Amino acid sequence: MTNAVIIDNKDTVAVAIEQLQKGTEAEIRTQDGSLKKVKLIDDVPIYHKFAIVEMKKGTPIVKYGEHIGIAACDIKPGNHVHEHNVESHRENLDNA
Amino acid sequence: MNFYGYKRPDGRVGIRNHVLILPASVCASDTTRIVANNVEGAVTFNNQLGCSQVASDQEFTMDVMAGYAANPNVYATVVISLGCENCQMDLVVDAIKKRTNKPLAQFIIQENGGTIKTVERATRAAKNFVQAASLLQKEEFPISELVVGTECGGSDPTSGLASNVLIGEMSDRVVDLGGTSILSETTELIGGEHILARRAKTLEVKARIFEIVHRYEKALQLVGEEVRDGNPSPGNKAGGLTTLEEKSLGCIHKAGHREISAVYDYAKEVTGKEGLVIMDTPGNDPSSVAGMVAGGAQIIVFSTGRGTPTGNPISPVIKITGNKITYGNMSDNIDIDASPLVYGTKTLEQMGDELMKEVQEVASGKVTKAESLGYTEMAIARVCNFV
Repeated sequence: MTNAVIIDNKDTVAVAIEQLQKGTEAEIRTQDGSLKKVKLIDDVPIYHKFAIVEMKKGTPIVKYGEHIGIAACDIKPGNHVHEHNVESHRENLDNA
Repeated sequence: MNFYGYKRPDGRVGIRNHVLILPASVCASDTTRIVANNVEGAVTFNNQLGCSQVASDQEFTMDVMAGYAANPNVYATVVISLGCENCQMDLVVDAIKKRTNKPLAQFIIQENGGTIKTVERATRAAKNFVQAASLLQKEEFPISELVVGTECGGSDPTSGLASNVLIGEMSDRVVDLGGTSILSETTELIGGEHILARRAKTLEVKARIFEIVHRYEKALQLVGEEVRDGNPSPGNKAGGLTTLEEKSLGCIHKAGHREISAVYDYAKEVTGKEGLVIMDTPGNDPSSVAGMVAGGAQIIVFSTGRGTPTGNPISPVIKITGNKITYGNMSDNIDIDASPLVYGTKTLEQMGDELMKEVQEVASGKVTKAESLGYTEMAIARVCNFV
């Protein structure tokens, strides 16, 4: 049963739509309606984010197809993504 | 799609029929509270400002006061001032008359011999207005007469997944019907301003979008502060929003997909029938809603992830959440459950129909939950400290 969603095809995180347990599999509905599976390596509270790809420290995190911050350390698929591993980054979007 | 409302002499259409007891400053606020309590159908708010303000700060206060009197939900206004404040009675009355020709009464406490005599005279004036207002009959009007203010408060990730998306759908429909939809909360455009800029109708509008965002950030930096120190809030973060950019990218969904035809400064008069516009307001809900209501918004559609009961003294606020847990916890305060959009049990088109029906019914007189419980939060944005 779907327990997570990916908003945009370019996203590097998915959003849990149920409480997710470490060690279980997330069943993710993607933008085009298909199903993707990722093994969770952290507990993820409902509506929080988890990584669906590997992101090295300094990599921009993508949600809604846009940058929402940068990885503050190396992040693995299935990691909870939140304040502990994300740094805010004010980009100049004037010519974006 | 039509609704039933009240035609005003200035041509605008109201969806409520209030008599506003308007305090020109903090020193008149308790007097207006007492007068409003005396008269059924009279409303007021606590004005903490109106004095000891420098010009640009005072302009926000003056625009909100004039805008509230001019808002089409108000039949007439009784203005009460102390007499010595910066927002002098003649200035307030002039500012109101620049926006509307609706009935006005004015009482200066120091000239009327103190508060008890002022209360007697203002109560009588308010009573007369309320009786005159009650003679008005509603007439049928198209949705194009509506200026809808949109807002989000207590956001969480469901706001960007569902409730703001639903508001965006409503915004597109209101715009397509010839009405006006206002996107607000400038601090919550940060991270998404480029997306909005691409939808600007003209280069001037595009420049204004960037201008209001940079202006807001600079104003805080001038006093050595940073937006991120206060936004996102603890509740936003506990709910799963990590950065301001992530929050903003969810917030801007309230603006749907239509082009942006104008950018207004705080509490300035919105022309109406102009589609999607942006108003420069703070992320703080009561003051943001106040700015849009002062601009002429008769109705506010407000998404919440964590749950908030807030209303407004003169315009009804419709609350929507996309968080099924929040709806379960706080359904006493929330009008619409948008969580079916998260779980795919309803389509956006179906929920859009539901929300448009709610907007039509509230415009025609249906009382929202915040309205029924008497929640009338109000604040006015500031430029700087008192002097």
